[in-house]
Amino acid sequence: ALGSVAAAAIPSLALASVDEAVAAFTGGAEIGTGPGVTLTAPEIAENGNTVPVSVDAPDAIAILVLAAGNPTPAVATFKFGELAGAHMASTRIRLSKTQDVVAIAQLADGTFVRTSSEVKVTIGGCGG
Amino acid sequence: MADNVKPRVKVPKSAKAGEAIVIKTLISHPMESGQRKDKEGAVIPRSIINRFTCDFNGKNVIDATLEPAISTNPYIEFEAMVPEAGEFKFTWYDDDGSVYEESKSIEIA
Amino acid sequence: GNWSRLAAQQALTQDQLLQFDAFGNVTLIHITDIHAQLKPIWFREPEINIGVGDVKGIPPHVTGMDFIKEFNLQPGSPEAYALTHEDFTALGKTYGKMGGMDRVATVVKSIRAERPEAIILDGGDTWHGSMTSLLTKGQDVVNVMNKLGVEAMTSHWEWTLGTERVQEIVGALPFPFLGQNIFDAEWDEPAFEPYTWFERGGAKVAVIGQAFPYMPIANPGWMFPEYSFGIRDERMQEMVEEVRAAGADLVVVLSHNGFDVDRKMASRVKGIDVILTGHTHDAIPEPVLVGETILIASGSHGKYVSRVDLDVRDGKMMGFRHKLIPIFADVITPDTEMADLIDAERAPFKDQLEEVIGKTESLLYRRGNFNGTWDDLICDAMLSERDAEIAMSPGVRWGASVMPGQDITREDIHNATSMTYPNCYRTEMTGEFLNVVLEDVADNLFNTDPYYQQGGDMVRVGGLGYSIDVSRPIGSRISNMTLLKTGEAIDPARTYIVAGWASVNEGTEGPPIWDVVEDHIRKIGTVKLDPNTSVKVTGV
Ligand SMILES: [Mn+2]
Ligand SMILES: [Mn+2]
Repeated sequence: ALGSVAAAAIPSLALASVDEAVAAFTGGAEIGTGPGVTLTAPEIAENGNTVPVSVDAPDAIAILVLAAGNPTPAVATFKFGELAGAHMASTRIRLSKTQDVVAIAQLADGTFVRTSSEVKVTIGGCGG
Repeated sequence: MADNVKPRVKVPKSAKAGEAIVIKTLISHPMESGQRKDKEGAVIPRSIINRFTCDFNGKNVIDATLEPAISTNPYIEFEAMVPEAGEFKFTWYDDDGSVYEESKSIEIA
Repeated sequence: GNWSRLAAQQALTQDQLLQFDAFGNVTLIHITDIHAQLKPIWFREPEINIGVGDVKGIPPHVTGMDFIKEFNLQPGSPEAYALTHEDFTALGKTYGKMGGMDRVATVVKSIRAERPEAIILDGGDTWHGSMTSLLTKGQDVVNVMNKLGVEAMTSHWEWTLGTERVQEIVGALPFPFLGQNIFDAEWDEPAFEPYTWFERGGAKVAVIGQAFPYMPIANPGWMFPEYSFGIRDERMQEMVEEVRAAGADLVVVLSHNGFDVDRKMASRVKGIDVILTGHTHDAIPEPVLVGETILIASGSHGKYVSRVDLDVRDGKMMGFRHKLIPIFADVITPDTEMADLIDAERAPFKDQLEEVIGKTESLLYRRGNFNGTWDDLICDAMLSERDAEIAMSPGVRWGASVMPGQDITREDIHNATSMTYPNCYRTEMTGEFLNVVLEDVADNLFNTDPYYQQGGDMVRVGGLGYSIDVSRPIGSRISNMTLLKTGEAIDPARTYIVAGWASVNEGTEGPPIWDVVEDHIRKIGTVKLDPNTSVKVTGV
């Protein structure tokens, strides 16, 4: 029954705000923090146009990734099928400025858990 | 419509039965966000890969919805369980209705 | 001159400098950040090196008299001259220049005479920083380091030669170019060897390389777009476990992270015995301990060589003895073979290097968190030659000093400006953007989490004054920005004419900065700089 909840492809809505994006994913359900979902992102982006992020939530059926500070926060939703080897995914994203990247996992028991990580997007150009 | 769209995937040639393997995928695509403007100030229309799926022998591995915040040349890495020999099928869905496909077979070592 | 040589020799002997009671069974020789300085130089250490958060007031964030007290040095002693800015000009007359790879070669040979199996490791920032290294695309330094017998290195400014040239040099190196954190940007796969092995003194020694993590941010990413860097401390942990499992008795990390980043990494990655640090150019006379890991900081510009003797038994580091050997150029006899090689490398460029451009009455130096006099001179040159209201110069930590009363040669100018992206641009920036730039760079230096620090110092400014409270978070450190010419507050909405150099953006246009500085010095003849009081620092 993995994936049954989020089986229908979510249309690519231009969600105006983080809250709306979250609500569309959770249906308004409460979101816990703490273990259950891991987000790996660099402290400082090497290039704001291509920032590597990984999400991992062993008990998840789906993970939503948001860039809270982008003009349009939606980034991606990963839904794991029955042959997922691990409930993790990595991709590269655009960040318009320093901000929190957010991951919300929908767990198999129907609950949601959230984590975030600040990524600094800097002008750069110095060195030792 | 995006030109020269070329999918590439990295899948091991073989795996043990029941083993989880890492799969890496790339597709050359501008991922035009719909938020940029050209020299005349007109908005460049959005044109992105909006969905990516991977199936193995007809069963789903991952189904990803992608937004304009995904970088140029979308890269997706994930893990797949390999219960038996067979074929991975990768599918990318473009805003313009194009569908790009790639497949890779894997043996049981 | 001869007088200083005599004075230095009266105060010191080569035997004293090299004196070391050999210890244990493994010896490491560490040099780092020589910035292509093959000849002895003057180099003033920083007067201001602010630490924030957990590292406030602890080495390397200790300078001047505090440093002298912290390490029980005698004011006016050779060590105090080498390690601090105190009385630099006066003590320079007594103790002379420092460094020179021919002197370093003497030290290395002497250690190897006692310990033939000593491992020589180069922490990077090696192929950059001089006129000859720029003109030979690093080849002069590569030849010198090969002759020295380096056995592994890691990297930072090397990459500003561009991917193709780096690959060409690496392909011919007789030793590995290590970087566990250098990945191919397209497929995210390791691109260089993560570690190498040495069997020395009956011990298996693994040396893991860590390249500068912020490469495409601090330097032009378009010069090496094939690669991605990052700290990648999780992979560092994996590498440590991998070499331990393969029987490593000693795990050494040859790092270009910068000292505070290494200190944090040492607290997160378990099982490293020694981190040979680099990038932030700190010279610390004693190892810094983090848990069971020792951190060694060997300075820069060939001023020092670190010798670390280790007692390694049954897969454990049982003890260590360390010496930061200062390379007093007038005291250590040059190795003649190396001296001949260096002279041969320089010969084709001799006339260009030695041409006198002007003279200075002021000490020209750079190191420190804020403008040094070299930076003031460069900013003055840009304001005048590029007819700008404001000048910006990068807060790099390399660049040799020039003593008061000395001629300024073309080589001196290059020692402070040499790079592969030297174009001096002239552009318009709003007051608001100028503020963003200062805030952004300040956070690279004063963020309390070291993993958000890139090393380097505050961007240097000309024509602009400001106040900075280093204890505040990003966005609120900078205040009172003032256009010095008029004394008026910087207007966020107004546009200012700004000149600068070392832009990381591809296609930046303008004359090379060394030509701008040379033209300026020729016009003024003799450089005389007043102390710079335009930056007010609080929150220390
Ligand atoms: Mn350096
Ligand atoms: Mn460096």
